[in-house]
Amino acid sequence: TNPRLCLTAPIEFGVGHVVDGTSLVSAVCTAQGFVFNYSTHTSLLSADISALLLLTGDPAFNYQEHELNERLKRLYPAVNEEETPLPRSWSPKDKYSYIGLSQNNLRVHYKGHGKNHKDAASVRATHPIPAACGIYYFEVKIVSKGRDGYMGIGLSAQGVNMNRLPGWDKHSYGYHGDDGHSFCSSGTGQPYGPTFTTGDVIGCCVNLINNTCFYTKNGHSLGVAFTDLPPNLYPTVGLQTPGEIVDANFGQQPFVFDIEDYMSEWRAKIHSMIARFPIGERLGDWQSVLQNMVSSYLVHHGYCATAMAFSRATETMIQEDQTSIKNRQRIQKLVLAGRVGEAIDATQQLYPGLLEHNPNLLFMLKCRQFVEMVNGTDSEVRCFSVHSPKSQDSYPGSPNLSPRHGATNAHVHNTGNTDTLHTNIFEYAMHASKAKHIKLNLFTNVVYLHSPETSSAVDCVFWCVDSDSEMEIEAEHYSNGVTESSTRIMNGTYKHQEILQADDSSVDDSCSSRQLCGGNQAATERMIQFGRELQALSEQLCRQYGKNATHKKMLQDAFSLLAYSDPWNCPVGQQLDPMQREAICSALNSAILESQNLPKQPPLMLALGQATECVQLMARVRSGSCSFARVDNFLH
Amino acid sequence: MMACLLEAPLRISVLSEVTATSRHYVDRLFDPDPQNVLQGVIDMKNAVIGNNRQKANLIVLGAVPRLLYLLQQSSSSLELRTECAVVLGSLAMGTENNIKSLVDCHIIPALLQGLLCSDLIFIEACLRCLRTVFISPVTPVQLLYTDPTVIPHLMSLLSRSQHTQEYITQIFAHCCKTPEHQTVLFNHGAIQNIAPLLISPSFKVRMQALKCFSVLAYENAQVSMTLVNVLVDGEQLSQVFVRMMQRDKPIEMQLTAAKCLTYMCRAGAIRTDDNCIVLKTLPCLVRMCSKERLLEERVEGAETLAYLMEPDIELQRIASVTDHLVSMLADYFKYPSSVSAITDIKRLDHDLKHAHELRQAAFKLYASLGSNDEDIRKKITETENMMDRIVSGLSESSIKVRLAAVRCLHSLSRSVQQLRTSFHDHAVWKPLMKLLQNAPDEVLVMASSTLCNLLLEFSPSKEPILESGVIELLCSLTQSDSPALRVNGIWALMNMAFQADQKVKVEIVRALGTEQLFRLLSDPDTNVLMKTLGLLRNLLSTRPHIDQVMSSHGKQIMQAVTLILEGEHSIEVKEQTLCILANIADGNTAKELIMTNDDMLQKIKYYMGHSNVKLQLAATFCISNLIWNEEDGEELRTRGSCGGSQERQDKLRDMGFVDILHKLTQASDPNLCDRAKTAMQQYLA
Repeated sequence: TNPRLCLTAPIEFGVGHVVDGTSLVSAVCTAQGFVFNYSTHTSLLSADISALLLLTGDPAFNYQEHELNERLKRLYPAVNEEETPLPRSWSPKDKYSYIGLSQNNLRVHYKGHGKNHKDAASVRATHPIPAACGIYYFEVKIVSKGRDGYMGIGLSAQGVNMNRLPGWDKHSYGYHGDDGHSFCSSGTGQPYGPTFTTGDVIGCCVNLINNTCFYTKNGHSLGVAFTDLPPNLYPTVGLQTPGEIVDANFGQQPFVFDIEDYMSEWRAKIHSMIARFPIGERLGDWQSVLQNMVSSYLVHHGYCATAMAFSRATETMIQEDQTSIKNRQRIQKLVLAGRVGEAIDATQQLYPGLLEHNPNLLFMLKCRQFVEMVNGTDSEVRCFSVHSPKSQDSYPGSPNLSPRHGATNAHVHNTGNTDTLHTNIFEYAMHASKAKHIKLNLFTNVVYLHSPETSSAVDCVFWCVDSDSEMEIEAEHYSNGVTESSTRIMNGTYKHQEILQADDSSVDDSCSSRQLCGGNQAATERMIQFGRELQALSEQLCRQYGKNATHKKMLQDAFSLLAYSDPWNCPVGQQLDPMQREAICSALNSAILESQNLPKQPPLMLALGQATECVQLMARVRSGSCSFARVDNFLH
Repeated sequence: MMACLLEAPLRISVLSEVTATSRHYVDRLFDPDPQNVLQGVIDMKNAVIGNNRQKANLIVLGAVPRLLYLLQQSSSSLELRTECAVVLGSLAMGTENNIKSLVDCHIIPALLQGLLCSDLIFIEACLRCLRTVFISPVTPVQLLYTDPTVIPHLMSLLSRSQHTQEYITQIFAHCCKTPEHQTVLFNHGAIQNIAPLLISPSFKVRMQALKCFSVLAYENAQVSMTLVNVLVDGEQLSQVFVRMMQRDKPIEMQLTAAKCLTYMCRAGAIRTDDNCIVLKTLPCLVRMCSKERLLEERVEGAETLAYLMEPDIELQRIASVTDHLVSMLADYFKYPSSVSAITDIKRLDHDLKHAHELRQAAFKLYASLGSNDEDIRKKITETENMMDRIVSGLSESSIKVRLAAVRCLHSLSRSVQQLRTSFHDHAVWKPLMKLLQNAPDEVLVMASSTLCNLLLEFSPSKEPILESGVIELLCSLTQSDSPALRVNGIWALMNMAFQADQKVKVEIVRALGTEQLFRLLSDPDTNVLMKTLGLLRNLLSTRPHIDQVMSSHGKQIMQAVTLILEGEHSIEVKEQTLCILANIADGNTAKELIMTNDDMLQKIKYYMGHSNVKLQLAATFCISNLIWNEEDGEELRTRGSCGGSQERQDKLRDMGFVDILHKLTQASDPNLCDRAKTAMQQYLA
């Protein structure tokens, strides 16, 4: 009867309880104005790779390097290589002199005398294994067992003596080929696995969740070798007699052992741990917290009808009154349609004093209005157009329909509070049984888009099912009412769709003939005049509040548009992209909410941001499970 | 149906407390107004859900026959008939007694009849009830096969809905218990109909379809061979199973998929060195043995793994190093754990219930692991207290455990080193002998087979076993109806007679009795015959023993040898017989039995010219012994009947043996050539 909580599910913290799951949610809901800065670097790696590919010359090497990067990215998606680079080869600096390296520092051979154990020699990888791997794996192929086959494969911490085989010293661990023993920081080994020799492929897997290690031989797991491993270990190999040669595979080639299958088991384990997190007596609290999250999110973005329907179904309260939501919705729509002038008027009318108290915001809006005039979308220039009658509900004309972004980019990509979150589907299923149990399922499938399709992108689908106590029948025969025939309420979508469809027809023909201010002379004059007013406003603000570099840049960029014959295809043309409306729209919405003493960010976003940040924090405090508890796993 | 009705009033008198409400529910089923009957059934449905007592009451009060009547009446509305099926399904969810009562009331044919209706909701209700009845252990599975039209009809219903798929595959999975059942289902297109369900969107359907394949493929080459060629959505079935073994899949699914591949492999449809076996199935089954799994899963995992690798040494070697399997299995003996006894009575109960199963599964797996490789056997015997565990396993109350323990012991007894060390140290022979006293045949077969190995000449246990009076026991085994027991009995005697004292040999011949010995020589089982000949050969070794045995039983033995050489027997049997003859020829006095038997000499001559080198060699060996120049010949001649080597050589030359020997010195086979040359030299000496 535990609710499945996918969104703000608590995560096991390895070291020191940074925050616990339950307090996380309540903190988000109570603390208003609680700002959390979050950012991720996931996209940086791919940029590095392409840069690297351009620099190196050898095509075969490039291919291998590409393979390596692809594989590492797939195996260890949570690793931020900016902070903690992955091992990619043996280190030419961190080795004993009897070790020789070749083949891009992947092949290791012995070049000492090999008389006795004092001639043993080791080499470490370039970097330690990052905890954010969750599960780390590398393989070593025995190219030649040399004279006696005294090869050791394992792990060691930085600074461990390299004139030794892995496993002999403190913070050093190894599996030796000659006797098949494991050496756990000790000169005497324990019987562990089979011996290994020329042609065998030995794998070493470090589980950073439970800090254990196991080896594989030719693709077969040999079972746990070490427990309670310390952090920051380096892949290490050691050789002792002449002729011994081994090749490492840090991901350059496919592994013999199916490591991804092993990872999938741990991913499933961590996910079920999250899903089954016990919440005990606080079931009711959780339910209302989740309902409030959904409700406040809907309200925040002004999905009025959906929010109302949701609150009716869940019997929750909405803090803000309906008219206020509708007002905000209207203003947002105006901004997103490029009709900033009207948006400013509406704001001044509905929220007197708001913009006066936020001169920066007003300035930003006015700058945007100027840009939209260039675009030909603002009503002050549009009214000169003969083609399109001014109407309340349809916005014809060229670029006012935002481009559709593919939903493929699921990266958390938040810069400040500018991006708009689109909740694609809330599937809210509530089984209220007559008896004592109230079961709640909330799946939030959130897609990040950069598009301003705010008004249409939300489909809130929810159904409520009253089930009586006939559990036996339900379980077997009537599938709990969650079938095609169940009550599905599509809400709050149709109106917006109509509007957008009306737009679609007018997009194509106008695209080809984009002209300054819609090509109207009077409009252009109005725009010039508006530019002067804007300049004046800037000067006034400067006098009042001192110089503001941001304003100056903003103004310069906006005016630069006029310097080009085709502003849409010029170095500053980016500003004309309807996507740029989102930031200002969001800022205005937040300002309005703040003026009403409402949170300027929806709690859902805060929780999401906090969860993302927590997972990153886990990597830094070396809790390996962060690898499998990524927030994106729960966002679809 | 009548039985039920008659029984009801009797029980009512006993259960005087049957509530008036229960009675009221039943009464309403007889209401003249169909609308009231329907409402009555619906109310009954709500009353019985989750209430076992209510269910029992209603059954006692005779609700079942009435419900069945309403369900079968074509005048009843579909809604009523459906509700009846639902209530019956609910009643079936109760105790085993409920199921019995339902089956006694012929619910199965009634519901099967209901499946002919066209209404899907009604069919689903019937199937759901049938499913519940059929998965109960008290229901005879044969009832599914009595009417030959049922299986094809069920196959045709598979396409109707996810529910029909789930229920029907579940019924099949539970009711396919014999090769005949497999054949019936196979012939009605089970594979083609069920294979697409493996990629059904419903987990339950996928799972039950998978279970169907595991029961269909078990020890069935026809099914297994067909399965490898089946494609599901363009993918080979074996690959679908491999995907189902992925480590993030539910354990039940992984385990069942591993079973399917195991059975297909054992049936010869997949090679043992195929990656899907070596890299997927085997590791998956080893994982099922780990401590993290439920006790039931560990039992099934170990048993399946044992079965998978039984015939293949390479798989045994891989398994023996995978995830510390050998020591992981030692945990199987730690139930109930000392912790569970104190802390949690429920857990203790659970542990106790599975303790036997766990132990026997572990023994089975050890037996399979150690059946070929000496290093693995060593590893097993070196596992903590393993020999002690086997020894105590031999005297456990559960026959399953005893059998598995003796299998394990047998597997380990194939090692010379273990026989010499751990077997002797732990006096394994003692419990083994005890086990042999009175055990069911299957245990006896394994135990006597193990005993055979313990009686090998280099085994230090041989002496104490001999002293424990084992000969009588073994002789009695040779009289068993089971060929396996006869073989083991005579085999053990054969091993015992190898290089044994005269005393032991005499005791064997005495205890067995010549009559029994000759009966065994005409045993229909070739193995028995071979081992009996082997026994004879061992008895007839070293000259004094030969002469003694032949002096008392010479006539019968010569007769038996003649019979076998004249009969239709394999090369091996004839070779063994000629070897016996060669042994006889090595005796001092026994020689004469051959020399005076011209018929026998002709036979030897025949075999010297046989196309099979082995037989030629054995016959030549025999002649070589006959013409041997004896140093102690003089002494014997004075003693009696037989002539000197010179006489024998002359006779044999006259019979043309020298010519044959001469020819054989040119033989291409070096052994035969040598043997003939040696024999020729005797003439020159």
